[in-house]
Amino acid sequence: MRKSDNNNLPEKVKREIENSDVGHRMPEESKRFGSDLSSHIYSPDDFSVLQAIEPPSPHYRTIKSLDELLERDEQRNKDGFKRKINIGKIIKPGRAGSKKIIIVPTTTEDKFYHDSRVSEENENHEDSRDSDSDETETGESAGTAEGEVGDVIGERPLTPEGEGEGTGAGSGSGGEHEIGASAYELGKVLTEKFKLPNLKDKGARKTVIRYNYELTDMNRKHGQVLDKRKTLMEIIKTNINLNRFDPDMPPKPENFIINPRDFMYRVLSKEKEYESQAIVFFVRDYSGSMHGKPTEAICSQHVMIYSWLMYQYQEQVMTRFILHDTEAKEVPDFYSYYNLNVAGGTKIQSAVDLVNEIVEKENLAANYNIYIFYGGDGDDWSPDKNLFDEAFSKLFSYVNRMGITIVRNSYMAQDKLTDFELFLKERSILEKHKDLIELDVISEDADDKRLVEGIRNLVS
Amino acid sequence: MEIIDQHTKEIMEGCKVRARDAGLRFDDESIEYIVTNQDLLELSPKGMIPTLYDYWVHDLEILKGRREYELYPHNPYETVINSRPPLSFYNDNNPDWLNVMIFYHVLAHIDFMQNNGYFRHTWDDDFVGLALADKRLINDLRTRHGRWVDYVIEFTRGIDNITGYYQVLSDLNAAEYIAKPGRLDYFFDVFLQKVKNVQAPEYLKEIDDFNRIKRESPLDVESILMSGIRNRFPEFENLYEKYQAEKTPKPRDIIEYLMRYSPFLNKEENEWMKSVMQIVRNTALYFEPQRRTKIMNEGWATYWHFELFLQDDRIKGHEADFARVNAFVTSLPKLGMNPYAIGWRLFQHIEEMAEKGRISYDFEKILDVEERKKFDRKTGKGRDFIFKLRNELCDFNFINTYVTQDFADRHNLVIIGERVNEQRMTKEYYIKSKDADDYKKLIIDSLIHPPFITVSEETQRDGVLSLVHQYEGKQLIPEFIENVMTGIEYLWGGEVKLETHLIQKGQPEKITYVMKDRKLSSDAS
Repeated sequence: MRKSDNNNLPEKVKREIENSDVGHRMPEESKRFGSDLSSHIYSPDDFSVLQAIEPPSPHYRTIKSLDELLERDEQRNKDGFKRKINIGKIIKPGRAGSKKIIIVPTTTEDKFYHDSRVSEENENHEDSRDSDSDETETGESAGTAEGEVGDVIGERPLTPEGEGEGTGAGSGSGGEHEIGASAYELGKVLTEKFKLPNLKDKGARKTVIRYNYELTDMNRKHGQVLDKRKTLMEIIKTNINLNRFDPDMPPKPENFIINPRDFMYRVLSKEKEYESQAIVFFVRDYSGSMHGKPTEAICSQHVMIYSWLMYQYQEQVMTRFILHDTEAKEVPDFYSYYNLNVAGGTKIQSAVDLVNEIVEKENLAANYNIYIFYGGDGDDWSPDKNLFDEAFSKLFSYVNRMGITIVRNSYMAQDKLTDFELFLKERSILEKHKDLIELDVISEDADDKRLVEGIRNLVS
Repeated sequence: MEIIDQHTKEIMEGCKVRARDAGLRFDDESIEYIVTNQDLLELSPKGMIPTLYDYWVHDLEILKGRREYELYPHNPYETVINSRPPLSFYNDNNPDWLNVMIFYHVLAHIDFMQNNGYFRHTWDDDFVGLALADKRLINDLRTRHGRWVDYVIEFTRGIDNITGYYQVLSDLNAAEYIAKPGRLDYFFDVFLQKVKNVQAPEYLKEIDDFNRIKRESPLDVESILMSGIRNRFPEFENLYEKYQAEKTPKPRDIIEYLMRYSPFLNKEENEWMKSVMQIVRNTALYFEPQRRTKIMNEGWATYWHFELFLQDDRIKGHEADFARVNAFVTSLPKLGMNPYAIGWRLFQHIEEMAEKGRISYDFEKILDVEERKKFDRKTGKGRDFIFKLRNELCDFNFINTYVTQDFADRHNLVIIGERVNEQRMTKEYYIKSKDADDYKKLIIDSLIHPPFITVSEETQRDGVLSLVHQYEGKQLIPEFIENVMTGIEYLWGGEVKLETHLIQKGQPEKITYVMKDRKLSSDAS
């Protein structure tokens, strides 16, 4: 009797019952309100919460998890309807150019809606305004302002701050972590929903667990190293509670009362660390011609690849980011990788050289599976094709997989091969290294579905 | 989620008394709940109705909402549900004085929803309870038909934004006897005059009969008279039924059309789908008025919390706190539009204009600026006037009628343009127009206006369902057409056609889409 009752109780309460000492009694359930008044609104007894109406039996359901939803989406396909669940990104611009990206499942409810993107007059306008070369109208909105028609009332920089040169390794490092957190989940979704292949075990290295001793744990009153910042915060907290701290006045430290418990120390602790098994080089062209949609497409795809690998390797993936125009450089995190743009020429060889150099210098080939994903618009001004070929060949001595994505710019002839494609073809690189390299060409308007399709091409 | 405590309820009841004194009208009962932000996250995909039917898209929205909340935590003060009794939700961390202000805001919302004519069809229902019954029905159907219930929900939702909302309102307001004449009405008004073509003396004799019977046995007039009529005219009953059938209202939208005429839905094994469609349609209709009165509803609520709160003696000492919160809610942003703020200022402006008698022809015909400024008839009717608006208008006519140049100038409402300044590498914002008509147009464009799509019976042939979209200068979103039409094809059980326009190079061009065997094709070259 008791047993079956328990099934309806929230997790926490169940645990409490199980762990409770003998003789400790749970309070009697109120007959009128069901088991828990403040229970979840999706709990079966929603009306017992609202109006004390007896719950209907049997109980029906709770929110579906993402997995269940994806399963349902798969079923749609079998029933002959199109899939509906997509992966969306929410990007929140943060301080100092760092952004938070969160991956969310999305769907659109298709209905007959008016399309506000195109209208009759608008297009005519655009024609007549062509002569205005200096200033381009980008939109209008309602607002409030004093002044006369034509007055400029404000401005905003075109490019988010923190762009330009990707210095200051610290600035975006928080961001890497943010994406890491949701990347695993996205990778799982991609693997399961889009049926991305599981990685073949090409002599993958075993995970190595290492123990490190680090000063990361905190302790009150005593320990190895005094954490001054935390301690000061504790002191302030204490004084706020004692009403000795007026936020509107400059604080007077000499008046502070200090509780011995306010001293916060760091203590040595043993940390388990997994050695990464894979290293991924993301390489992209950030020259002038990549501005806008091509960059967006490449970066979106690279985020997905990154997530997919995170899932495949259970988060044991190291990443390196390399940008190139006529020269290549390494940037510290995905955010610089995502955001930087310059207006230079294009020399893909520079990037290949840099990857070779890094792998060689750090002796990465011995310890890791190495993946390289390259994205660009196919422009290439490498002057000496033989040198380029040589650099490329070197790459294939260690790489596990190279995936090249070429985004065709809308202004280029769609049927003509780009410089890079031409080079790959002339040197028959794709044929020579069939198992190691894949090429995928997409248009700059490619949507998420096409991008995922591309990943499948690249890694299959 | 729990009911507010007695102390807070007492504050609420106090607010009700004061709000009634000020002229607001609403039912006695109301239920208030304290909710957490997490609860609200789960409620918002369901349009805040805790008992709304379950649907996987809502679940997905909740999952998404939770992630979004991590990035953008927010803290809504209140939400009101238009039901009988109305429910309202409050954040669990509001102090008492803030609750006083919020209660006034909520009461004004309730007043608006219970008096504005656009809500007419929601006045008689405990929607929360109805929704619960619907939810149970749908869950019950799910146990029998599984995921197909969700497909029917999805496909019906695909056309639930183009319901015959205005038709529903107009039917409600039409007098009963026009919609459905009784037997006696039919006999005297139609049968004798149009079917039998009787002469005047004969007609008067019938009337005499009627009056005599009515005098003798006033309670059984109809039955006595009818038995006589049936004896004399055996065809009467048949003709009456035929007439009734003709008078039966036509389907008011595509959903109703499908429910009545779809060969697929009329198969016995598919009858259950109709109840699902009915639920989806009713739910959509329920939400219609709220979407069409956002600016007014928020403006009205803000107007009243401002009025009533300042007069409330229970808030002594919190005037400054109030000013701060109120300023947040009512500030006019430099860039963008705040419906609370515009609606509130517009109500204030209109009240003032009506108070001075300026909403009149006498005022309109004055051209002299100085005289216009001095014009004041001291009518004392300002309040009455805005109460009338609260009964009769929706956002469109509210904005269209009352956003005038005077109003725009008074609050510095302008259109702000954006352009790229390449020299400075900035996006510049500049005043593009101070014309109230431009401002009005921008707001009106942002108001909800679903496309007008109807079933065309003229072009219906060979079991093909033919839909026509009335082109109003805007095309339909092309990407969505396929999925919506797939859904309609499923519910119709056969080929579906849609006539619409597509804008090509700035010019509308006629295009017909055909959905057959889940494949979309069009006659575009």
